[in-house]
Amino acid sequence: MTAPARRDAHEPTPSGPGAPGGGAPATPGGTVVLGTVPSDSHTWNLVLLQLLLEECGFEVVNLGPCVPEELLVEECLRHRPELVVISSINGHGYADGLRLAPRVRARPELAELSMIIGGKLGVGGEAADRERGSRALLEAGFDAVFFDAAAADLRRYLLSGERPGEAAAAPALEEEYARGELAGASSAS
Amino acid sequence: MTEAPLPAVGAVDFDAFVRRRASAGALVVQPRMGFMDPEAMRAGLAATRAADATTVGTLTLDSYTRLRDEAALATALAEGRPLNGYPLTTHPPEVTARMLAGLRGPDFPVQVRHGSAVPRHIFESMIGLGLSASEGGPISYCLPYGRTPLAQSVRNWADSTRLFATLRERGAQPHLESFGGCLLGQLCPPSLLVAVSVLEALFFHQHGVRSVSVSYAQQTNATQDREAVAALRRLCAELLPEPSWHVVIYAYMGLYPVTPRGAYRMLASAAELAVRSGAERLIVKTVAESMRIPTVEENVAALEFAAAAADTVRGWTGGEVAEVDADNEVYREAAALVDAVRDLHPDLGTALAEAFTKGYLDIPYCLHPDNQGRTRSYIDEEGRLRWADSGDLPFGRGGDGGGLAGRARTVTSAALHADLHHVRYAYDADEGPADDILAAVALPALPALPPGP
Repeated sequence: MTAPARRDAHEPTPSGPGAPGGGAPATPGGTVVLGTVPSDSHTWNLVLLQLLLEECGFEVVNLGPCVPEELLVEECLRHRPELVVISSINGHGYADGLRLAPRVRARPELAELSMIIGGKLGVGGEAADRERGSRALLEAGFDAVFFDAAAADLRRYLLSGERPGEAAAAPALEEEYARGELAGASSAS
Repeated sequence: MTEAPLPAVGAVDFDAFVRRRASAGALVVQPRMGFMDPEAMRAGLAATRAADATTVGTLTLDSYTRLRDEAALATALAEGRPLNGYPLTTHPPEVTARMLAGLRGPDFPVQVRHGSAVPRHIFESMIGLGLSASEGGPISYCLPYGRTPLAQSVRNWADSTRLFATLRERGAQPHLESFGGCLLGQLCPPSLLVAVSVLEALFFHQHGVRSVSVSYAQQTNATQDREAVAALRRLCAELLPEPSWHVVIYAYMGLYPVTPRGAYRMLASAAELAVRSGAERLIVKTVAESMRIPTVEENVAALEFAAAAADTVRGWTGGEVAEVDADNEVYREAAALVDAVRDLHPDLGTALAEAFTKGYLDIPYCLHPDNQGRTRSYIDEEGRLRWADSGDLPFGRGGDGGGLAGRARTVTSAALHADLHHVRYAYDADEGPADDILAAVALPALPALPPGP
């Protein structure tokens, strides 16, 4: 399982194991705005994440599938969340995420907002692609990137604030979504 | 609309065809199939028709056509990028007419399957080509997908259904199938699937389409599934104004088994459900289902296997429909839902929108902004789907009613994850459901599948 990449404005190199992540995660107990990129119509991943975030002590505003960028910005301004979680499994998360983060960061009120992205973000499966993709998403404005990661990685990140370990990851349900098996996939009818 | 002469389609009556074949002892089987290229599409339909089974053809449309994204369609066609279905509204009508020529006819009806909450352009194309069978519905094609407001989907479907009904003036019998038996594909208690299917069939009638089919997607427990189909049949018999209807079963629509044996067990169980419950038609899934879009050959193998499995079960039952308590729990819940919705307003479209506002209809785990999201479901120890929380569903009227009202029960992320995988694990195990059918039916050569995760 891939450890998430993190952005830390005060460190020129990626944070080592156990190092505190810069700016993220938020302390459990606040509001999380949960959503996906505009092109992604999958929802079971968002349902599972909502339950997981609630179990971690957050109030969740779940924006559902195919979230337009303007809607995400509006909801962030309205709720002023502790954290924004973007989950995508249709393979467009990387490309859409690169456009999305600057849109949010462009609002001065949201420039410092904690914002993370994860799921099945690209169509390629190479480790080098994931590493390159993670770096680009961090540069675009995300605080942490969970490229092809599982729910357990996110739970550890949220609860510990430390770099997730490699062991005991939950099954990567995201891969199943990415194959378009669940309703919400366009070929269901 | 152009007044181009209607192709000679007057004799193709989808429902009449299916019921005639069913009463002669055959389960009608059907694939999901759509290709961008007219030649490939024609080859797929020809292979479906030639399969050793009683079949109807399918024209599944691509997702850009569903969303009416004409710019994306134009780009994809110009650049030769593949689409995930047949672009019915983009190919010139004469191209589609040639694609269908000599294939569709009184003994091989073809149904258009799309999935659009904005379907008018699709119905216009179908009418122009004399394609008289389709599927969908104002709820089932809206809430599970995207963000189209429900009230808008209701208006769109009312408008398109009325337009489609005009086919009758031109000698064809327009037919619509409700996709209400699927919703999110898994973890919806059967009573809500049954209620939405019946309500959408009534909606089609209200807007002039008199030949309908109602759907039910196989769920997690065979006994509960048979109760659900019995409930569906009883409600249709009680409520539909005309006898021109039939039931279509969808092989499981959730996370599918990943082993070939598991996939064949799943399909055999679906065929068994259809035969034992008296359903007339089955939409199959293939062994490739958990990996990718199936090929024509894989679809034909699935059609022939499903037909053979159905024949085997029919040999055991002698064609008798299994005894099911007509007043079962699924029926009581579904009847309560249907009655409460119909009482809201004489115009069913208005009633449907209001029912979602009030939470009388509320799909568990559906994130659409017009769904209240107060219901939760879970799989119990017997594998039956139950309400963990029935929210504001109108079950309370007249007391508890024996299992109608869901006691609130917390669903954790771990439990939901397990329930989402319940069917896959059961069918991929060393021993599984329908092994008796697999022992009696020759399995097609099992394809080499890519290694699992």
